[in-house]
Amino acid sequence: MNTLALFPDQAARSTGEVDAVFLFIVAVGLFFFFLTQGFLIYFAIRYRRRRGEPEEETPQITENGILEFIWVVIPSLLVLAIFVVGWWGYRDMVRPIPGAMEINVTARQWLWEFTYPDGRKVINELRIPVGKPVKLTMTSTDVLHGFFIPDYRLKQDILPGRYTHLWLQPEKTGTFVIFCSQYCGTGHSAMMANLVVVPPDDFARWQKGPAEGAGGESLAHRGEELVEKSGCLACHSLDGSRKVGPTFKGVFGHQVELEGGSSVVADENYLKESIVEPNAKIVKGYPPVMPTFKGTLSDDDIAAIIAYLKTLK
Amino acid sequence: MTDHATDTSPADRGYLTDKGFRSWALTLDHKRIGVLYLFTTLFFFLVGGVIALLMRLELLTPGPSLMNDHTYNVLFTLHGAIMIFLFIIPGIPSGLGNFFIPLLIGARDVAFPRLNLLSYWVFIGGIVVILASLVSPMDTGWTFYTPYSAKTGAAVATLSFGIFLVGMSSILTGLNFIVTTHRLRAPGLTWMRLPLFIWGMYATSIIQVLATPVVGITFLLLAAERLFGVGFFDPAKGGDPLLFQHFFWFYSHPVVYVMILPAMGIISEVIPVFSRKAIFGYRAIAYSSLAIAFIGFLVWGHHMFVSGMSPVAGVIFSFLTFFVAVPTGVKVFNWIATLYRGSITFESPMLYALTFIFLFIIGGLTGPFLGALATNVHLHDTYFVVAHFHYTMMGGTVMGLFAGLHYWFPKMTGRMLNETVAKLAWAVTFVGFNATFFVMFIMGYHGMPRRYAEYLPKYHADNVFATAGSWILAVGVAIMFANFVWGMLRGEKAGANPWRGLTLEWQTPSPPPTENFEEIPTVTDWPYGYGKKVVCR
Ligand code: HEM
Ligand SMILES: [Cu+2]
Repeated sequence: MNTLALFPDQAARSTGEVDAVFLFIVAVGLFFFFLTQGFLIYFAIRYRRRRGEPEEETPQITENGILEFIWVVIPSLLVLAIFVVGWWGYRDMVRPIPGAMEINVTARQWLWEFTYPDGRKVINELRIPVGKPVKLTMTSTDVLHGFFIPDYRLKQDILPGRYTHLWLQPEKTGTFVIFCSQYCGTGHSAMMANLVVVPPDDFARWQKGPAEGAGGESLAHRGEELVEKSGCLACHSLDGSRKVGPTFKGVFGHQVELEGGSSVVADENYLKESIVEPNAKIVKGYPPVMPTFKGTLSDDDIAAIIAYLKTLK
Repeated sequence: MTDHATDTSPADRGYLTDKGFRSWALTLDHKRIGVLYLFTTLFFFLVGGVIALLMRLELLTPGPSLMNDHTYNVLFTLHGAIMIFLFIIPGIPSGLGNFFIPLLIGARDVAFPRLNLLSYWVFIGGIVVILASLVSPMDTGWTFYTPYSAKTGAAVATLSFGIFLVGMSSILTGLNFIVTTHRLRAPGLTWMRLPLFIWGMYATSIIQVLATPVVGITFLLLAAERLFGVGFFDPAKGGDPLLFQHFFWFYSHPVVYVMILPAMGIISEVIPVFSRKAIFGYRAIAYSSLAIAFIGFLVWGHHMFVSGMSPVAGVIFSFLTFFVAVPTGVKVFNWIATLYRGSITFESPMLYALTFIFLFIIGGLTGPFLGALATNVHLHDTYFVVAHFHYTMMGGTVMGLFAGLHYWFPKMTGRMLNETVAKLAWAVTFVGFNATFFVMFIMGYHGMPRRYAEYLPKYHADNVFATAGSWILAVGVAIMFANFVWGMLRGEKAGANPWRGLTLEWQTPSPPPTENFEEIPTVTDWPYGYGKKVVCR
């Protein structure tokens, strides 16, 4: 591949759409380009004053309501069209895909760490099966980073202390580059990883193979151990019954009513906040008594606990 | 070469008569202060340009060659910060604005001459502090994003204090211009007779006064975080890193209009003079400046679509963003319509003005790619953005500044530039600019991220091309500056009105006397009455 091709590789869902939006804007742009530059150059040549020619008497044309109306309304409509097209394309890029395999991404100066559901950790290589959706849950341990796959037309900044997401739907096998797109210090431009998309069989074989990282134990399983060990179950049940705190059963993804009348969806960010800063949001009808686990549980621990909570349907 | 014997007669030198350090450093004359600003900001344009050339040299090869990654990061930070804070924001407003606002409205000076001098020295104070930060130079990018800027070992607090001072100076200048425009217009100069440069400067000043305090406060919060460990932005201390971006862009988006509106004002002056044609759509141009200034405050979020901000906010910001395009388009259409049935000549100011329109159209038309959500996700933080903002800021504002400098050079110095050399410089600059920056659109769509000291080999050819272009560009700019120096020392005498303009600055000698006008003129008509019905004075 070089940059002579019109587009980078179209290797995942909605890449074709993004390129179509791009071409649409190119078309509108070229229309205005030739219209404006055409008149600019034509007028400049047509109405030039040749050397020695006397200064012409030019007409004083100062306003023309119809023209002014046209060139406010037509561009407004066209930019509105661009907005709508861009919005549609975007909705398709960020739409969650049910049944996606969940992989956690930890960005740090200056490497990428990918953690699979089975606890396997891989540095700077994200291996996924072709055709299967993947949900990335991403966080940073230090500064801002950006996860960017040009061949997927996807990008999302990564923040410390918070989770951001990306859904991948790979359509082609091969190796693609992952860039860090948000400036993160000295090693920024070297912060790259490979996205390796393989046939599902190969992926299954790879998963059964010896773990390269610290894995061996599934993420959710480690989360279960942590929940028992940290004393969460003293106040939270697993079977739906009410204790001092709300039950864990079905907690992930459900609508939580809060004190004060508002409500939130219990996503990763909410769960993490509830663990490190329990009093930030109080569930309606429960006392604000939960202690903080900030400092007790590491970011890795919290990620494991969230993975476990997701299994409690 | 002409004989300059008459130059020695003091009456001819107008406001330039007094010599010596004190006569400049303590001057209350808006023209001298304008000249001081111009020298200072143009000096930093050259410094920023040399840094850019070094960066482009480093990017000649994919791996490290001239310098290590850290040095590259420092250079792009310095390049960006110098170009933005020390050149383009103060350049036209404080330089040409100071010199020409009073002249164009028929006043003897700005409303508060002492405050004006203070602004300049606060600006210099800011520069000194910024230079002091070079002891451990910044490597955060000119955007200062937290948490990196809260953690890096560089002198972030010092640099941000320097920029705080520079911002103060902008606020004072903006206030001064607003009051000047309201209070000191010559008799008969109603709002609808104001030159369009004044409208552009007026809108600019409003933005500076309203938006600059926000960035000042943001930098103070950042300094408090670094020096006293207060957690505003660092999540480890309970802060929110996105908050910084919201603050930063709430200022920095409106400020891109501070960069472009004054240049648009210059274009609106130059086009009618060199096409001997009344400006088309005066009111539309004047009001669109205000519209841009206003809408500009509502669109900051389009820098943050992939930052982790909520997608709903993204959609709203995307929607609003497109409505800045409309008043901007209106201006372009009006300038082009002004050319219709004109009697056009192509002296250097006009060449630069037409170049502004040409390049700014490209910069403007590449904006919608970044405003539309689907394409923004792909293009954000790539070289596409670098190309886009260089087309608007360098192709736009800087070309507008060059147009203004060539247009008003005779007025400021009393001498003409060498027109042949000026045209040569223009041609070389035009070719070099496009060679440097157009290819960056292509690299960007193919995914090359910005702020990369090293890059993948597949982007090699494009980068070689851009670097070659940057040297052509440098030669063009060097010729232009040589012409400025030559013109100041040896240029032919200009006379009061070499371009036969109708605005008030041309109705007084070049260079103007210290009090600008022997007698304050009375205005009876708008300043664009070229062509039929009007007798040229
Ligand atoms: C002499 C011609 C110029 C050349 C060759 C040039 C080149 C460059 C290059 C190579 C970058 C770095 C891109 C990256 O690594 O991400 C850059 C960034 C930048 N340039 Fe220029 N530039 C020039 C003039 C200007 C001018 C006139 C302005 C503004 C008035 C400007 C404003 C900026 C800004 C704001 C950045 C971003 C810095 C950052 O990422 O923090 N440049 N330029
Ligand atoms: Cu990074």
